[in-house]
Amino acid sequence: MIGESMYQELILEHYKHPQGRGLREPYDAEVHHVNPTCGDEITLRVKLGDDGKIEDVSYDGQGCSISQAAASVLHELTTGSTVTETLSVVDEFTRLMQGRGQVEADEDVLGDAVAFAGVAKFPARVKCALLSWMAYKDAVVRSAS
Amino acid sequence: MSAAFDVERIRKDFPVLSRELPGGRSLVYLDSGNSSQKPAQVVETMREHLAMHYSNVGRAMHVLGAESTQAYEDARDKVAAFVGAPSRDEVVFTKNASEALNLVAYSFGQRFWRASGTTQPNEDPRFTMGPGDEIVISEMEHHSNIVPWQMLAQRTGATLKWFGVTDEGRLDLSGDVITERTKIVSIAHQSNVLGTVNPVAPVLKRAREVGALVMLDASQSVPHHPVDVAALGVDFVAFTGHKMLGPSGIGVLWARGELLEAMPPFLGGGEMIEAVWMDHSTYAPYPHKFEAGTPPIVEAIGLGAAVDYLQAAGMEAIEAHERALTAHALDALAEVPSLRLIGPSTLEERGGTVAFTLEGIHPHDVGQILDDEFGIAVRVGHHCARPLHLRFGIPATTRASFYLYNTTGEIDALVRGLHHVQKVFA
Repeated sequence: MIGESMYQELILEHYKHPQGRGLREPYDAEVHHVNPTCGDEITLRVKLGDDGKIEDVSYDGQGCSISQAAASVLHELTTGSTVTETLSVVDEFTRLMQGRGQVEADEDVLGDAVAFAGVAKFPARVKCALLSWMAYKDAVVRSAS
Repeated sequence: MSAAFDVERIRKDFPVLSRELPGGRSLVYLDSGNSSQKPAQVVETMREHLAMHYSNVGRAMHVLGAESTQAYEDARDKVAAFVGAPSRDEVVFTKNASEALNLVAYSFGQRFWRASGTTQPNEDPRFTMGPGDEIVISEMEHHSNIVPWQMLAQRTGATLKWFGVTDEGRLDLSGDVITERTKIVSIAHQSNVLGTVNPVAPVLKRAREVGALVMLDASQSVPHHPVDVAALGVDFVAFTGHKMLGPSGIGVLWARGELLEAMPPFLGGGEMIEAVWMDHSTYAPYPHKFEAGTPPIVEAIGLGAAVDYLQAAGMEAIEAHERALTAHALDALAEVPSLRLIGPSTLEERGGTVAFTLEGIHPHDVGQILDDEFGIAVRVGHHCARPLHLRFGIPATTRASFYLYNTTGEIDALVRGLHHVQKVFA
């Protein structure tokens, strides 16, 4: 049924075993984002390394499986990549999420994040998936300034 | 009662209950505490009025104007009789319960309004409000019975206080929350999350001892129980049409007439006036004093039809039916592993609203899977009662709420759905 396409095994795996969860020192910027309609929240820290690379993305928060798994996937995809690379992943993920299920995902860019394609068909849940990614974008901007 | 109450016959009056959802699922609607479904009789009454009788009310000097006015005022009579209002003029139509609560909160601390025909500022001691005065609410309120009072406190410098909630979801009446300084007490008649029916009598007794007014947010009680405002003995009662088989856009404030007389108008405009000069106006008698502008005419008429429907079904029969559903739900949910009920676990002083959490599974995921795979509509989140959820240390709950058209079979479907949700996240 419809639900099966949203709760992909990969999403459930990330929800049950989140990668990189917990807030770590040191960091260049910390942000706190909330979704006022459902109460989901995330605190996210970014540490920049040499060569324009992301050294660490650490986070803590509470919310549904979609929002928590999205943060876990975000951690995996961003850590060790350059800021520029990660921002293009964020853009592609945002395009996918806001595409109402009509957008073909670019698996080369998104990696595991393509598992969220099914969420785009549920307007009420798109903001759950985007919560940590928007927080990340915000944190990167702040850490660079 | 059960012999007279035929739920299958009732269900036939609600076309939506037999519709098919995408994917061929049938609908299990357990979200009436959020908004109720509408019987064909309400829909048809509104359609008929719009098609054949519609015009503006109270001012049009022609046949349609007379018919619309008659139907609109008939709806007021029906609502007044339904809640036992001593006078039909004590029923004020608003757009929802929130507006009714805001209207009353607005009445306090308006020192400079002048009643019709008077030249002196109004200093009715019941409605003065300033630093040192106190407003009392409770921790289990819907945001609509919290925010207007916060705004009143901010506007006047008064202090906002509240009753706590016990672990089992009852109003905590211990301690001296109501004091000699209290001017108004406003609490839910029935909690929209816990299902708890609050004890009005002891709160009213204490309020009367100190000369405070008492308001009930009856949004969750009037649709489900026989309610008699005169017998309750309170001063103000707010409720809303869309939770009692009527349309959205129509709510009700009932208040004792002498209070409506003393209160300032809320919104200014057409129909709420007696006479207007360029520099001042005099106001119409209540209830019209509080109904500025063209009102929700067809919505009020729809609410009248909803009241007719509820009375034909019988409020005592509806209450008994929901009580049986709640008993069934409390028993069945107790068998679901790691389910934590938020609210009273017995039938005593509680209505058909059941909120709970499942360990390790966020309510949004519960609601999503129930909807996608079983067509079960519940509400998930904080249900506009965030302070109550903070009190229980949880961000959100899943809430099933029952009405006259629900069946024990639907509750069994919910329980099966919850077992499936737990399998997905195991």
